Amino acid sequence: MAQLSLKNIGKSFDGTDVIRDISLDVEDGELVCLLGPSGSGKSTILRMAGGFETPDRGAILIDGQDVTRIPPEKRPTGMVFQSHALWSHMSVADNIAFGLKLRRMPRREIQEKVAGALELVGLADYGSRRVWQLSGGQQQRVAIARALVLEPKILLLDEPFASLDQHLREHLREELRDIQRRLGITTLFVTHGQDEALALADRIVVLQGGEIEQVASPDQMYRAPETRFVAGFIGSMNFLACDMRGGRSDHAVFQIEASVSDGPVELAIRPEAIVVTPSATSTARVHRTTDYGTHILVDIDLADGTRVKAMCPPATRLATGQPVSLSADRVTVFRGTEKLADVAPVEMREVAHV
Amino acid sequence: MTAIDPVTMARDSHVPTHKTKKTDWLGLGIVAVLGLVVVVPLVVVAIWAFAEVWRYPSLLPQEFGLRFWNATLARPDVWGAMFLSIRLSVTVTLLSAIICLPAAYAFARLDFPGRNVLFLSFLASHAFPKFGLLVAIAGIFLNLGLISTFWGVVLIQLVGTLMMMIWIPVAAFQNVDRAMEEAARDAGAGPLRVFWSVSLPQAAPTIFAAVLLSFVGTFYETEGAWLIGAPEIRTMPVLMITFINNQIVVQYGAVLSVLLWIPSFIALMFTRRLVGSASFAKGFGV
Repeated sequence: MAQLSLKNIGKSFDGTDVIRDISLDVEDGELVCLLGPSGSGKSTILRMAGGFETPDRGAILIDGQDVTRIPPEKRPTGMVFQSHALWSHMSVADNIAFGLKLRRMPRREIQEKVAGALELVGLADYGSRRVWQLSGGQQQRVAIARALVLEPKILLLDEPFASLDQHLREHLREELRDIQRRLGITTLFVTHGQDEALALADRIVVLQGGEIEQVASPDQMYRAPETRFVAGFIGSMNFLACDMRGGRSDHAVFQIEASVSDGPVELAIRPEAIVVTPSATSTARVHRTTDYGTHILVDIDLADGTRVKAMCPPATRLATGQPVSLSADRVTVFRGTEKLADVAPVEMREVAHV
Repeated sequence: MTAIDPVTMARDSHVPTHKTKKTDWLGLGIVAVLGLVVVVPLVVVAIWAFAEVWRYPSLLPQEFGLRFWNATLARPDVWGAMFLSIRLSVTVTLLSAIICLPAAYAFARLDFPGRNVLFLSFLASHAFPKFGLLVAIAGIFLNLGLISTFWGVVLIQLVGTLMMMIWIPVAAFQNVDRAMEEAARDAGAGPLRVFWSVSLPQAAPTIFAAVLLSFVGTFYETEGAWLIGAPEIRTMPVLMITFINNQIVVQYGAVLSVLLWIPSFIALMFTRRLVGSASFAKGFGV
């Protein structure tokens, strides 16, 4: 079907670089998530793909055709906006039919397509409603139907579920994923919610300050972050500062071995990679436990004052102030922003030892 | 156990209730005073129009009748003025809309050099004593042969509507969600089509308020119409002034006032029907 390529694009607003130099290929039928904090340039990239901004440098190609200077109305892209941007002076069906009417399609055909699009998003009987009679989730579905009915080559979504509540967001996310798979439509999705990106994407692009930090599958992004930023941005992560000396870390709790040059490093450990066991001799103490039902999150104060989060199985019973020993079965070593080594597994080591 | 036990339920039914909605006396007072100030003069004028004899200190006229109505409506110049005023107001409002709405959209959405200066210049016509401005314009119109012509009056009244028809629609267009316009572009509409199909309908209630205000404002405009239009072009309000100046009979003025209400009353009713009072109030910024 369709393929989207961004080639060395850059964009400045008022002299400051919003996008530095970004290249990205979205393959046919692929769903790519642009993920990043606000101001990372993710929305600007999407708007450039849709034709609402023009890059200062570089080129945008759809199926190998340069569309950099083509206005939005002539681009084979369909966009879903965060504010859903439905036209409130039209009925639901008229909203969806608008683009088809512009294409001078026969009435019968328009009616069929509108009905089909409404059915696709599960709103078959809602065509005659007014936009403001719909709930937030239904409005966003209409917006998706409105974009899809024109059969765009590339579907662009700009934080479409950001204004919805958690439950609805998860539900719509699954629906969107199903629809996208069924139609096999090439999709670029902007979000600042990492859970959304992890749940939806074939590939995630993490952006920061107008530059790509890492491009990877959700699985790789979570388990093998390449930079300090990605490690901290995706999921929760414990960062423990220490020094490496002769291939060993001098951290009081987590002594790991890695072939890393001497100097200061940070050990990055996921909460679920930490195993907590009660130990009377340890100096690490439980600060607080929070029961999430599926797991228990334990905050532990180490002897040096740093606090570590550990995810424990729901059956764990730990009291506040109880001394515990810790071990990690997977540690990543960072120096500055750069990853030096992945260490797994680390051998179990007592805390306040022998 | 969290199951509700019937005994507790029964006991709970004696919970004291409180009336939480209180009468807003202050609000009622304000409405009463405003009503007095606004409605009473209108009622008095309306009564005068149907009074034949009304002497002090009687609260109501001694004799009611339609004598002055017959006298007024029998005059051909009243009907002439009425139709002229309507023709004039419709022409001015339409021209004003055609000129001002695209300009307002440009002010709201486009960035061009001199935008702010130009925008403020629309205030300028209202920043000076109007009569002085009118006299100056009358001088120019005299040379152009526009004095005492229909189009001369149209032009002078157009100036009066400019500010209202620019400033209010600019606010209306600025309030239109940009994403809505972008979504229309995305669906394949060119800039003109977006304006016509999305921006204009979205801003419609507010723009309608502006159109109505300029219609009514033009209809009742006296100074310009008199200075430029006299002696050939006599609008309703100008005619009313001549009536009152020539013979001080209160009833003539009152009958013309009631006649003058009719167009604005119809316009208001029509508007209420068309856009609903809630969005209409929004248009006036209430």
